[in-house]
Amino acid sequence: MKSDTIFAPATATGSAAGIGIIRISGERAISITTNIFPALTQMKSHTICYGFLVDGEEVLDEVMVSLMKAPRSYTCEDIVEINCHGGIRVIKRIMLALIKYGARLAEPGEFTKRAFLNGRIDLSQATAVCDIITAENDIALRSGLRQLAGSVRETIKSIRAEIMHEVSFIEAVLDDPDGYPDTAVREVGIIAIIDQVSQLLQMAKQGKILKDGINTVIIGKPNVGKSSLFNRLLSEERAIVTDIAGTTRDALHEMVLLGEVMLKIVDTAGIRDSDDPIEAKGVERTIGHIEAADLVIFMLDSSLPIDDDDRRIAALLADKRVIIMMNKSDLRGDGLLRYARNDESGIVDKTFPHVDEIGKLLVENNVDKQAIIHASMKNGEGIKELEEMITKMFINSDINEQEAVYITNVRHIEAMDAAHASMENVRRGLSERVPEDLLTIDMMDAYTSLGKIIGEAVEDDLIEEIFANFCLGK
Amino acid sequence: MTIKTGVSIIGGGHAGCEAALAVARLGIEAVMFTISKDSIAMMPCNPNIGGTSKGHLVREIDALGGEMGKVIDHAFIQSRMLNRSKGPAVHSLRAQADKAVYSQKMRDTLSSQSNLTIVEDEVIDIIYENGQISGVKTKNGNTYECRAIILCTGTYLNARCLCGETIKESGPNGMEAATMLTAAMTGLGIKMRRFKTGTSARLKRESLDFSQMIEQPGDEVIVPFSFATSSETVQREQVLCYLTYTNEETHKILRDNLSRSPMYSGLIKGTGTRYCPAIEDKVVKFKDRTRHQVFIEPEGLDSEVMYVSGMSTSMPEDVQEAMYKTVAGMEKCEIADYGYAIEYNTIDSSQLSATLSFRGIAGLFSAGQINGSSGYEEAAAQGLIAGINAVKFLRGEPEFTLDRAEAYIGVLIDDLITKENAEPYRMMTSRAEYRLFLRQDNADLRLIPRGYEAGLRSAADMERLRQKEEQIEEEIARLKKTRIGVTDKVNDFLIGHQSTALKNAATLAELIARPELNYVVLVSLDTARPLLSDDITEQVEINIKYSGYLERQLRQIEQFKRNESRKIPADFDYDAVLSLRHEARQKLKTHEPQSLGQAARIAGVSPADIAVLMVSLNAEKRRTL
Repeated sequence: MKSDTIFAPATATGSAAGIGIIRISGERAISITTNIFPALTQMKSHTICYGFLVDGEEVLDEVMVSLMKAPRSYTCEDIVEINCHGGIRVIKRIMLALIKYGARLAEPGEFTKRAFLNGRIDLSQATAVCDIITAENDIALRSGLRQLAGSVRETIKSIRAEIMHEVSFIEAVLDDPDGYPDTAVREVGIIAIIDQVSQLLQMAKQGKILKDGINTVIIGKPNVGKSSLFNRLLSEERAIVTDIAGTTRDALHEMVLLGEVMLKIVDTAGIRDSDDPIEAKGVERTIGHIEAADLVIFMLDSSLPIDDDDRRIAALLADKRVIIMMNKSDLRGDGLLRYARNDESGIVDKTFPHVDEIGKLLVENNVDKQAIIHASMKNGEGIKELEEMITKMFINSDINEQEAVYITNVRHIEAMDAAHASMENVRRGLSERVPEDLLTIDMMDAYTSLGKIIGEAVEDDLIEEIFANFCLGK
Repeated sequence: MTIKTGVSIIGGGHAGCEAALAVARLGIEAVMFTISKDSIAMMPCNPNIGGTSKGHLVREIDALGGEMGKVIDHAFIQSRMLNRSKGPAVHSLRAQADKAVYSQKMRDTLSSQSNLTIVEDEVIDIIYENGQISGVKTKNGNTYECRAIILCTGTYLNARCLCGETIKESGPNGMEAATMLTAAMTGLGIKMRRFKTGTSARLKRESLDFSQMIEQPGDEVIVPFSFATSSETVQREQVLCYLTYTNEETHKILRDNLSRSPMYSGLIKGTGTRYCPAIEDKVVKFKDRTRHQVFIEPEGLDSEVMYVSGMSTSMPEDVQEAMYKTVAGMEKCEIADYGYAIEYNTIDSSQLSATLSFRGIAGLFSAGQINGSSGYEEAAAQGLIAGINAVKFLRGEPEFTLDRAEAYIGVLIDDLITKENAEPYRMMTSRAEYRLFLRQDNADLRLIPRGYEAGLRSAADMERLRQKEEQIEEEIARLKKTRIGVTDKVNDFLIGHQSTALKNAATLAELIARPELNYVVLVSLDTARPLLSDDITEQVEINIKYSGYLERQLRQIEQFKRNESRKIPADFDYDAVLSLRHEARQKLKTHEPQSLGQAARIAGVSPADIAVLMVSLNAEKRRTL
């Protein structure tokens, strides 16, 4: 039994409704919420209190807070409910504050699951829960799979259908060898399925990126404006400051909500050829950060020509998603805030002398995908472009041009991973010329795993599964 | 006259034979009723035993202590291991049987069996009083007192044979249908379904021109069905089968006469099987195919009759004459017996439990085609399980059941009692989700212990099995331990076998696991290899070569077992679970599944219903704690 503290909006987020409710449940529900609502410690159970939510100096919202102490609550745990103003921005800020103080976002159906596991729900209540499961299975599934757009369901369905098709093809031959003598396995079809599953997994992983924050690194030579960018992003009232590691040489680690995208930003020590052992250590660490990053923001000084330090950095960026920030555009006097895309052919914007050179540099170093933003940290120009660019990259990625569909539920990713691993077994089996009746073992495994995502298979741990698909926050 | 006995077995087909033998061998007095002793262990359709997945069933029957494998080893006239080019799980043994010899051998076995009496009489009534079986009544006016009955009536319940416009109220091969028994069963509240099956014409051997057909020989080295049969005794001379094809002309005749086929004229109401469709069905459903395979198979060594496999039909006689004559090599064929369709009653098998007893009618069992299955092997397997359980029932002992991860027989019975079967059920390898473990080569390892538990296998059998297991384990351990160093000789050998040279020393097991190598060829690197029989080395090799797949399948099985172990109480009140969907509730009440796993396999029960069921079961459990 998990004793961590969970929260979820109990009302639909983003609606125009005037009010939003955030429900917090768990052993630390009171202590966590006290950080933003100090009056909570004075409250009696089953009372409601008016006041302001604050985070440090900052006022988050004007709220009503109610408290239900264990065991007289829905989950049999301490529950705090915050009735706030329903705007998405407000709710997000409160949620981020709760995360900061140690709560985590509930899985779909987790409140009900806790209620059930804590013996809160008896037979008749369980029946009521069941009614909802039954009557609204589809809806529950959909809410459990909020990010799982219809098109992904369709994709999964079609992959499953294809797996079934290939399996049935193999099976028919096995069951009637006289009728279908010497029929070869349809390798092409199977490999196409393997590739589709890989793509799906990639998409899913991206969805997870969105949920956990995009691992972002800002790099560049010293004094190009990295810290300015960092501070700019923080000062936009969007950051939760969770300083993870300490010294000036170490990277700072911040969560920043930029538009619709959560960034997990690392500010790195400057990369520069150096004999200084401390700096060398910082550089080493930076290389590590780049490796782990989903996005690299590479800052350059547009007033200076490209030098070896820049080249050395570019060499680290192979196969990474990179955004180039040309800082200090104000020094060029034209104040142009534009970005140009490199469409393989090269950079189109000729306004700045170094742009061509940078483009070439990136191409030489096999850098995955780059865009150039002209920015000035001094007057805050370029931040909006950066936001647009990141949104475009991660929400409208070319992995799936037509539909931006992401699977954020961890279990879905697990299922997807399992399906992918199974299909990779199939690939290996094909290359080792394993008899086809063995291939079907892994193909059926993949089929089952994919079925779990769209709720078409009953898995072993049923209780986990139903509640995961059950509507959030109930 | 009133006669006392232990168990009455109604019918002497493949189910009845195994059931009667099992009961008698377990020490209970058994009476087998048959309308005619000549029809015992008859093969009214195709002259083979085994085939894909059916060969597995025969091996399993044998391992459990049944008879079919031994009889076919005696009666076969050609044998082939099918799917040899595929994985070991789907290798399937199939033998052509001499039908007369098969039937005779089975009759000999039955008549020499103590505790077993064969009675030529028709059972017309079942006596069921005060919630228990107390006997059967026969047409000759006798009453047999017994506390258990096994119905093995095959296709005889309200049977009628159709050939074109002609309808005969009769069972297969012109035997009498069992009309009164059907009424007795309905009287007990047993629900019935109507199924249809059919067979092809038999042609006279001398009227066929085999030079126009492709010869189909048997295997060079014959593998016996029974684990008790020594390999030497089955290396016999074999007969040939023949392959020929239908053609456009055949299809045209069929199409032109479709309205005269009872299937298409509406005369037949029963549902036929998709696996063995009539030739007129194939022509209609697979319009694009310009030809269909036809196998000509002898019905016996001395038989002048050939079976026409792939061309079963219920067309009128004149159409059959014309149609068969269009096939290459059959231009001058003479028909010995015409093909026909047979419509018959089967019970709705959802009324059965995994022991093959009727839930709610204690002591009444049924096995074979009466349960809606098709095929000799499927029937025999059920007969064996019903026989064992009839004895367990009389003795008040725990039920004997097999699950889907244990045996094809488990899959067969679970499918019959759990799934909606709209057509005669045929075993298929694809129905067995854990088939990598359910191989025909390891049926003894899987099921001799269960046969021992049932009482049909001896302690000596168990000891032999234990030795075999030990030898397999020792050899696997040795191969995993024995390292082959990197030498020129070794690498020359590997390269010579299209394998890659070694960079570091490797174990023999690692080398066997390579797709291009196997146990046999590696003998030249394996100096200390002990002398082991082929059945041992076969197990060793399969276990090493497919270990990755076996492990994955094992995980699937563990998951399966967990759901099977979540039991639903027999008295569970589905009506109290208000949120079950109506359809699901009806289905669950009909099938009364024993576990959540089984419930999940019922058609019409969705994952959401299972979720509901699970929550309710858990809530109930908590309340009662």
